[in-house]
Amino acid sequence: MKSSSTQGVGARLARKEDDRYLRGQGEFVGDIHRPGMLEVAFARSPVAHARIVSIEKPAGAEDRVFTMEDLRGVQPIRAISGLPGFKPSDLWPLAKDKVRHVGEPVAMCVAATRAEAEDLAAQVFVDYEELPAVVDMVQARTAPSALVHEHWGDNVFLETLYDDDLSAAKASAPIQIRRHIRTARQSMAPMEGRGVLCEWNTRLGQLEMYSSAQMPHINRAGLSECLGLDQGAIRVIAPDVGGGFGYKGILLSEEICLGWLARNLHKPVRWLEDRREQLVASTNCREHDYDITVYAERDGKLIGIDCDATVDSGAYSLYPFSACLEAAQVGSILPGPYKMDHYRCHTWSACTNKPPILPYRGVARTGVCFALELMLDAVAREANIEPFEVRLRNLVQPHEMPFDNITKKHFDSGDYPESVRQAISAINLPAWREKQKAGLPDGRRIGIGLSVYCEQGAHGTSVYAGWGIPMVPGHEQCFARLSPDGVFEVRIGAQSHGQSLETTLAQVANEILGVDPQNVRVIHGDTGLTPYSTGTWGSRCMVMSGGAVATASKEIAVRVKKIAGKIMEVAEQDLVLEHGAVRVAGTDRSMTLAEVAHIWYRKPQLLPADVDPAGLEVTAGYKTLRDSGTFSYACHALVIALDTALGHSEILDYVIVEDGGTLVNPMVVDGQIYGGTAQGIGTALYEEMPYDSEGQPLASTLADYMLPGPTEVPEPRIVHMSTPSPYTEFGQKGIGEGGAIAPPAAIINAINDALAPLGAELTTSPASPRRVLAAIEAARLRQAA
Amino acid sequence: MKPAAFDYDRPNDLAAATSQIAQGDGMVKAMAGGQSLGAMLNLRLAQPQGVVDLRSIQELSSATETAEAVTLGACVTHARIEDRRVPDATRGLMPKVAADIAYRAIRNRGTIGGSLVHADPAADWVSTLSLLNATAIIGGPNGRREMRMEEFLLGAFETALGMDEILIAVRIEKFSANARWGYWKFCRKTGEFAEAIGGVLIDPARKICRAVIGATNGKPYVIHDARGIADQFDAHRAMQAVEAAGMGEDAYERQMHFVALQRAAAAIHTT
Ligand SMILES: Cc1cc2nc3c(=O)[nH]c(=O)nc-3n(C[C@H](O)[C@H](O)[C@H](O)COP(=O)(O)OP(=O)(O)OC[C@H]3O[C@@H](n4cnc5c(N)ncnc54)[C@H](O)[C@@H]3O)c2cc1C
Repeated sequence: MKSSSTQGVGARLARKEDDRYLRGQGEFVGDIHRPGMLEVAFARSPVAHARIVSIEKPAGAEDRVFTMEDLRGVQPIRAISGLPGFKPSDLWPLAKDKVRHVGEPVAMCVAATRAEAEDLAAQVFVDYEELPAVVDMVQARTAPSALVHEHWGDNVFLETLYDDDLSAAKASAPIQIRRHIRTARQSMAPMEGRGVLCEWNTRLGQLEMYSSAQMPHINRAGLSECLGLDQGAIRVIAPDVGGGFGYKGILLSEEICLGWLARNLHKPVRWLEDRREQLVASTNCREHDYDITVYAERDGKLIGIDCDATVDSGAYSLYPFSACLEAAQVGSILPGPYKMDHYRCHTWSACTNKPPILPYRGVARTGVCFALELMLDAVAREANIEPFEVRLRNLVQPHEMPFDNITKKHFDSGDYPESVRQAISAINLPAWREKQKAGLPDGRRIGIGLSVYCEQGAHGTSVYAGWGIPMVPGHEQCFARLSPDGVFEVRIGAQSHGQSLETTLAQVANEILGVDPQNVRVIHGDTGLTPYSTGTWGSRCMVMSGGAVATASKEIAVRVKKIAGKIMEVAEQDLVLEHGAVRVAGTDRSMTLAEVAHIWYRKPQLLPADVDPAGLEVTAGYKTLRDSGTFSYACHALVIALDTALGHSEILDYVIVEDGGTLVNPMVVDGQIYGGTAQGIGTALYEEMPYDSEGQPLASTLADYMLPGPTEVPEPRIVHMSTPSPYTEFGQKGIGEGGAIAPPAAIINAINDALAPLGAELTTSPASPRRVLAAIEAARLRQAA
Repeated sequence: MKPAAFDYDRPNDLAAATSQIAQGDGMVKAMAGGQSLGAMLNLRLAQPQGVVDLRSIQELSSATETAEAVTLGACVTHARIEDRRVPDATRGLMPKVAADIAYRAIRNRGTIGGSLVHADPAADWVSTLSLLNATAIIGGPNGRREMRMEEFLLGAFETALGMDEILIAVRIEKFSANARWGYWKFCRKTGEFAEAIGGVLIDPARKICRAVIGATNGKPYVIHDARGIADQFDAHRAMQAVEAAGMGEDAYERQMHFVALQRAAAAIHTT
């Protein structure tokens, strides 16, 4: 069935969706208008923790301002986890009784324009009885200043323990290194913020919601639970979405509020998140704390790891990923592709008076990669060997594949040491080591750093069943139809918002059917038009939606052959599909797909009576051969110049050697890596959402929350390796998140490499100039003492 | 983030603008490029009753030159200075400073006068015009008055401009032929406001050896007799100046401002 086309799997096909984006013809929620549409603004809590004594609506505007009391029958968002000991939280879409973080919505205000809605919001008077704020995640559990959810008795959503006995290592390991490692809280910053537009369709008795969302079917499920509507009474459409990264993988309080409002006002209503809401009110990510000890032999060979890890989960458990996914994941993924005999990890999902967290691109991996890779460099310094040697000594070897690591993560394929060797060679380590001795002519120090990560993509039922969260992925469906004009339509329940699925899924269809990708219409992100899916998350779409499109295309191929066989009066097995046509093998007799479709739909009189009646529309399901996930991986290696007077670093060269299995479109993969790396550079050097002791966010505009721009992001040199996954349709692996995982570890390892002669070491991200200078100063004081 | 309602007017002549502002009793704001005011309106940090757009007033956008000085209208944009579309009195200092302000899109709109009146300590013109000790030309209901930068700038976001006055222009005295300067600022990334600014100016013919420490917590700290800093850099003297500028308490800020001054002084040899 395989075609010989150059537009199928593996082709560097230009993105189909760019035609509309580059012409400014995309359509985002902010572009959509409805006659009589009203705009919504929210009055939000200015304090981190308080009891609501009373809420006073502006006089004369009582019918345009709504509080939770008005939203009768609406249920709170409850994102549970099946992990033992998990404490659920009730998140009321508008605060009831208590507010638990700055920015929590308290009242919904509606007016003809957003400015007027904001005027109303400014006049809502709330009497708050302030409570002490719980701000630091470690203190939240060890010495709480208050209880975020009183009835819990503590501030911990969930505690997990991966236990082991490390006493032998403690007694005898020649290298024992303990560090306190922290990563800053971040705010995710897709170019398009969130946005919701709701309209009640009286004919269908249906709520129609446009939302800038990654998982429309999941949003529908959650909305149905909270609004008390059956799922068919809700249609969620994610139109063009300007970046998600996990920020839009959530059921929003605002969606529930607007859904209720549209139904009760009988008017279309819209809310567009502004940048300030995005920064301070909604959700954050990435704040981890590690107390970690690594035990190793003299030669750098790992013996074991002992770790206490806390994740600041914020005030509430969000739907569907819950408040514990991140910390519990830390426990299971910290060892990654490294071999060791002992591993103990205790984790806490701490509850604080800060916005809840979401799984941002890379989820917990960016944090664990940072913690572990910093530790491996510390081991290298202690063992007095090159950092890459420590990796080579401990990484899983290719002959050990497939490999179950110490936490029973099942690695499908790959040659990890080779990625390190290639990265070291591409960056030209010996030449830089030579230059490093003298430093740069302008006095800056050179530092070389690397990091290795793995990215579990498309993990399925068995993995998620264990978490027991509201969403467990099963089989992925694709609806496919060969239209009467020969256009091949595929519908998937995931959503493409930068992943280029409109192109890559067309390539998959081309691979199976030979149909021109320009003649493939990919429909996604609409619960009214597409089969159910958990959506776009966890680097799953190319594997799962790609597999589903392939399965459906194969079924269509069978049906096309059956019909064409009848028309051409040949046996099905003598037919081949290529270049958009079905041909009798070994002859030049053929029919185009369009001709077959035309007869099927428009001229059935030409078909014999015994034709298979199944037709040219199918819904097919797909699951990988094993649902433990694909493991893509990479080694990032880079060189920085560090100005020790300013603590400022500049990236001089950046190399990425990555293995994503079979690449469906290498250009799209490169794009994913560039974007992810830019975000990783943000994590490493710039992005930080600090809070003061009262729980007030200190970066409320982009003047304070620093994102890397084009001048801060170098163009990395990318080298591809390709070890197919044995478990997926074409051997492809999920690669969407990796770029964002490795940079903080690699960059700060490079900074530490430059700082090593000064005896200084950084263990907190981002590496702001202030932190770098403080590390240098601390080393100076240590040495003076 | 939408502004509260306000009235908007864009008069063509200075007298009309001045009287509208004077009559506004502090509730009518002048607007030049809108690059600072716009953000404050959107964040509702400023909620004036009226906004008077100054950009149609010809005098405010003009530039004139005499044998001794260049006078730049308050509404001259950073971009015009960067592109040398207005005369330069400073042997390249001002075009260089202009080129490093924010991004081009902001430089196309932002003005020297708006920047000065806004008086953000981290803004470039605030430090540069202090180093130059330029003259502010101010208009109000009682006519015009002039003030040197040292008197005009009072502190962070604070000037001597009256509520009923507007800034008309700044006058910069011309450098002599062998004047030399250095200007250095530290920004964490391109287009970001400075964390520290250092500037030095040596103009022997005019008997000037001056330095400035900017991006402080207040107005820029001008060292009028900068011998031992601007010419021969003496780390001890420089550190004393940084402390005198109020930047001594926090180790990081002390270091940043010291380095900015040091690198400005080093840059003087390349101009
Ligand atoms: C992203 C960004 C980055 C920036 N980076 C820098 C930087 O690196 N360095 C830097 O120096 N600046 C920077 N700025 C500020 C920029 O230079 C602004 O242009 C400047 O601060 C204000 O000038 P404006 O003409 O836009 O004034 P406006 O915003 O129009 O006005 C500012 C204030 O001055 C008042 N005002 C304006 N003109 C007059 C007048 N003639 N008389 C009386 N009052 C007046 C207004 O009422 C208002 O209070 C940045 C701005 C942004 C948005």
